[in-house]
Amino acid sequence: MRNRVFRFSAVTAVLAMTMLPVAGQAPYRAPRGPDGHPNLNGIWQALTGDWDLEGHAARASLIVEAGTLLAEPGGMGVVDGGTIPYKPEALAKKKQNYDNRLSADPVVKCYLPGVPRATYMPYPFQIFQSDKYLAIAYEFDSAFRNIYLKDPGPAPVDSWMGQSYGHWEGDTLVVEVTGLDERTWFDRAGDYHSDALKVTERYTPVAPNILNYEATIDDPKVFSRPWKISLPLYKHAEKNAQLIEFKCVEFVEELMYGKYRKK
Amino acid sequence: MRHGVLTSLAAVAALSAAALAAQTTAGAETTSAKKSWTVPRLADGHPDLQGIWTNATITPLERPGQFAGKATVSDAEAAKFEHQNNDNLYGDRRSADAERDRDHAYNALFFDRGTELARVDGVKRTSLIVDPPDGKIPPLTPEARNRMGNRVRNRFDSVQDRPLGERCILGFGSTSGPPMMPVLYNNNYQIVQTPAAIMILVEMVHDVRYIHMDRREHLPGSVRLWLGDSIGHWEGDTLVVDSTNFTDKTSFRGSSPNMHIVERFTRVENGTILYKWTIDDPESFTRPFSAEYPFRAAVGPIFEYACHEGNYAMPDILGGARAADAKQKN
Repeated sequence: MRNRVFRFSAVTAVLAMTMLPVAGQAPYRAPRGPDGHPNLNGIWQALTGDWDLEGHAARASLIVEAGTLLAEPGGMGVVDGGTIPYKPEALAKKKQNYDNRLSADPVVKCYLPGVPRATYMPYPFQIFQSDKYLAIAYEFDSAFRNIYLKDPGPAPVDSWMGQSYGHWEGDTLVVEVTGLDERTWFDRAGDYHSDALKVTERYTPVAPNILNYEATIDDPKVFSRPWKISLPLYKHAEKNAQLIEFKCVEFVEELMYGKYRKK
Repeated sequence: MRHGVLTSLAAVAALSAAALAAQTTAGAETTSAKKSWTVPRLADGHPDLQGIWTNATITPLERPGQFAGKATVSDAEAAKFEHQNNDNLYGDRRSADAERDRDHAYNALFFDRGTELARVDGVKRTSLIVDPPDGKIPPLTPEARNRMGNRVRNRFDSVQDRPLGERCILGFGSTSGPPMMPVLYNNNYQIVQTPAAIMILVEMVHDVRYIHMDRREHLPGSVRLWLGDSIGHWEGDTLVVDSTNFTDKTSFRGSSPNMHIVERFTRVENGTILYKWTIDDPESFTRPFSAEYPFRAAVGPIFEYACHEGNYAMPDILGGARAADAKQKN
């Protein structure tokens, strides 16, 4: 997995240097899709976010045997203003999550990652945008969500990937995500939310093969005010890029059920 | 856990209603409506296969003995079979005592197999298999019989002994396929078409199939996938999907990892895709065989099937087996 991320980052770094818009130029106008809006079809991936949304230095691996292979790289952070505005009483829970993250992170057990985390996990995802549908399929755990373009009404039940309702504001796809299960986390550092979570995402093409991704997190039970993350999403440029099944249930069975093995 | 159960129940209830509604609509279709219908198309000229579809049917894969020699039946004959089947499937299954009721935990609330035999070309079918003409899977090769004989069955020593459906890795009964088979419930699919790839969402255990339209070569043999590697192209108005590169962890009725399956999707009338497939696997079957059945328009949305997240049954199943072991020792 790490190899793939590193290889990918070299490719996209070149793209980013050559294609980011320069101040004073007209705003980037993306090629149109079959619905007349910017064409978001393709395989996308973030390079930052999942280790810790907030800025952090590199850290040792939680698994001694894995040495540097699973050591945690540092990151500049993707939170506007740098810090997540936890309510004082909620910050204790985050710290507890962080201390117990090797067992407590729901993604360790291959549970669906929720939104926005699915976007910036170190796995690609594919946007399917047709004349009448908008859907995102994620490599990790075959996670999937429809982005409904007509108001679906209140989410009938909570779900791990939530209910997504999208509309276009100019060339920006705005998606309101509600009905999110309270058990997901935002990252590997224990950042969390309650069942009151509402996420508003904004996908904006800013250059060929680059989307700017923003997610505003609103959860008055846990945070003192709404807050926002921003990060770029890069389009895979390999000629043979495609999602490859990552059906991780199989990979966690020993962890979850090994204790029941017949002795 | 509570969320998981509520989700499944709500989904099943909504979808059962949707499936019944869809059937009523299709049944009431008039001849004149059929004549005026034309294949809907996308801007690129290819047929529009998009939407939410169900392949629910009570027609079995293989032809039952009572229909031997009859590939199709009249609506009157079909009705007799359907009534009998539906009474068994959807009737009151409660037993006299709680002990036996436990085995009936799955009941009409869950079942969504439809209420009719599959109708193709206006006529009801007695088996999904159409070739060989007897409607049966061809005999297995000795190699495949041997392979099947060695399979672990009904053992509880570890999670790996349990079937893939119980482990929430794939839906039971080849729902994701290919071939995409109808089973007892959750027979719902969503198709989205883009130029480079066509996506099929499989409701059961939330799987997504990718039909690659932008390459003609299969992946190298070193890349083997649960759902195989699917590449597609158009033959006239039919989407043809060719799949290989399966793993040795799945088997369709005795197939090997070298199974080659070709699926064909054709919009044949309003609200219906005719789905045909042919399996060619000389290592396992003494001849190729083919099936066909409709995918019918259904009303969405499809809700998230978070199977693994709510799989509290697995610790109970294995824990129960270990408790039984301990009891036997004492």
